[in-house]
Amino acid sequence: MALLDIDGLSVAFRTRRGELQALRNVSLSVEKGEIIGIIGESGCGKSTLINSIIGLLPANVSAVSGSIRFEDENIVGMTEAGLRRLRGERITTIFQDPMTALNPVLSIGTQMTAIQYRRPESLAVKRRRAIDFLERVRMPDAARRLDQYPHQFSGGMRQRICIAMALLTEPDLLIADEPTTALDATLEVQVIRLLRELQRDIGCSVMFVSHHLGAVADLCERVAIMYAGEVVEQGTVRDIFRDPRHPYTRKLLECDPGRLTEMQDTLPTIPGEVPDLVHIPEGCIFRSRCPDEFARCGERPSPETVGPGHRAACHKARELGTP
Amino acid sequence: MTALLTVNDLTIRFPAASRIAARLSGQPAFIEAVAQVSFALEAGKTYALVGESGSGKTTLARAIVGLVPTHSGQIEFGGQRISGLGETALRPVRRQIAMMFQDPMGSLSPRLKVQSILAEPFKVHGETADLDRKIRSLLADVGLPAHFAERYPHQLSGGQARRINIARAIALRPKLIIADEPTAGLDVSIQGEMLNLMRALQEKFGTAFLMITHNLHVVRHVADRMAVMYLGRIVEEGDTAAIFARPRHRYTTALLSANLKADPDSSTQIIEAEGETPSLLKRPSGCEFHPRCSFKHEICRNEMPGEQAMAQGHRFSCHNPA
Ligand SMILES: Nc1ncnc2c1ncn2[C@@H]1O[C@H](COP(=O)(O)OP(=O)(O)O)[C@@H](O)[C@H]1O
Ligand SMILES: Nc1ncnc2c1ncn2[C@@H]1O[C@H](COP(=O)(O)OP(=O)(O)O)[C@@H](O)[C@H]1O
Ligand SMILES: [Mg+2]
Ligand SMILES: [Mg+2]
Repeated sequence: MALLDIDGLSVAFRTRRGELQALRNVSLSVEKGEIIGIIGESGCGKSTLINSIIGLLPANVSAVSGSIRFEDENIVGMTEAGLRRLRGERITTIFQDPMTALNPVLSIGTQMTAIQYRRPESLAVKRRRAIDFLERVRMPDAARRLDQYPHQFSGGMRQRICIAMALLTEPDLLIADEPTTALDATLEVQVIRLLRELQRDIGCSVMFVSHHLGAVADLCERVAIMYAGEVVEQGTVRDIFRDPRHPYTRKLLECDPGRLTEMQDTLPTIPGEVPDLVHIPEGCIFRSRCPDEFARCGERPSPETVGPGHRAACHKARELGTP
Repeated sequence: MTALLTVNDLTIRFPAASRIAARLSGQPAFIEAVAQVSFALEAGKTYALVGESGSGKTTLARAIVGLVPTHSGQIEFGGQRISGLGETALRPVRRQIAMMFQDPMGSLSPRLKVQSILAEPFKVHGETADLDRKIRSLLADVGLPAHFAERYPHQLSGGQARRINIARAIALRPKLIIADEPTAGLDVSIQGEMLNLMRALQEKFGTAFLMITHNLHVVRHVADRMAVMYLGRIVEEGDTAAIFARPRHRYTTALLSANLKADPDSSTQIIEAEGETPSLLKRPSGCEFHPRCSFKHEICRNEMPGEQAMAQGHRFSCHNPA
């Protein structure tokens, strides 16, 4: 049974221009112990998806439908008390900017013992566990540094502290929202290695959200591609990067300069603009920018299964296979 | 082959956070954010500065446009020394060097219409004749319709804001544009659009670019030459193609190998650079990369490596190069 099962999730926001449909009919599941990558350009709904899972949607949300099953409970419609029981304990998060999670006026030791408040243990035991986790994220001299404040650490170290904090409660699901976007290449690799290693130790599931294709290809087992509020394709990392079936996935991969083997003067782009989510066009959401558009695209495609666990929401999904 | 910009043995110092504490603990009272940096950029070409954050890239760029005082060394532009010049002497030079800052939204003032944002460089240099036509033509240069002049920054998408930023930079037809992380945080498709636009403008106007980035995939496609910085020093410099074909400094090899490919079967072996970047207050002895280097010898701890010069101006400072 899946740990997390999102089924037909739609989320809309109230805006001055009208209702903005940020997520539409998103279905996605995360197995126990799996690392899943969520890829999509900014504005495609990645953070809204995460906020739905942790029950922290902004105040102007106007409609939520569908379900998010976490084990045998539905997060959609759950009481605040129920959410608090999950959030920070069984589902934890790390974000792009570590300072959003760290309190600048408290030492990291104080913060790392405070989040263990549910454990009926002495402070000494909690401190020892905090030191252990700091060592696991390879913080040199962890015992001494426990009493330092966030500003005394570099950006890369702060992100590692956040990882330690997110794993301290041994969660079932760790959600990482662009955790390496602000880091340089060598530090990004370190963080990814660390995530994989700790995930293996703890056995939790990880949802890794990024627009860095290379990082996702390196870390994840399964991948979902989002475009303008929809999951347009999902499959194993090999399905997505080697045999993409949705024209958007194919275009996105073409645009990655890291995949161009030849030096190129002009870099590939996706012509056109993302549709306005207040006025959703009819038919396929990618239609206006799609190189493979044909008559049927006026009809909204439903996800087509092209292989085990590999689905693409495109009328041509079967034809678009690599020969 | 005359250089447009020459930086010679440039060092930039900042006072350390606490001088008293520094004196008491025996640490230096200043940091060298840029240390003995030399390089040259040819007219009409693109030169990339790469390196981890904190390696001194932005400081170097700001020194070139006179926003940060230099400690020693010289900067020459178009054959004229510009480091250490006063504000009045710098004025005509400023016209020829434009700077595109990181974070385009943050650098576009929110209460001004695009019209006023683009008028600003002309006004600063007293070239206000025919302003409307100049602004329309700038918008056309960056592929935006004329009615965008009436918009405010918050009415622009991320990509459009970047275009306005580029339009402002080319307004006075500078010979050099310094672009600090021009594509940081952008999606690949929009990143491609921006780089293509910059390349097209380079061809049209012969502008040289000094591009600061930590995206090596981008460097490979846009830069003619590149320098790799570590702790304020250039540790390797050369033609981009030569460095990608055969990186020599061990920091460069680690950096290039960490450039993850979007391919699950990618066989590239990642060379890990363990640990953290050292503090500028406590520069390591010998080769400053040695604490993180997996290929260090005894000599690397004790002796700073000299510079080795190869063909085509490829140079690096490493005792045990790849
Ligand atoms: N509180 C909100 N009110 C109105 N629109 C919102 C709100 N939050 C997000 N959006 C819109 O919803 C869409 C998805 O946003 P988001 O989930 O933040 O995307 P991502 O994380 O992929 O960049 C965007 O069009 C964004 O502008
Ligand atoms: N105005 C300043 N005062 C003191 N230190 C500074 C100042 N500007 C930059 N630094 C320091 O100089 C070093 C280089 O920074 P920077 O040039 O911004 O690096 P990069 O652009 O490569 O990330 C950093 O250690 C930074 O903290
Ligand atoms: Mg987001
Ligand atoms: Mg910088």
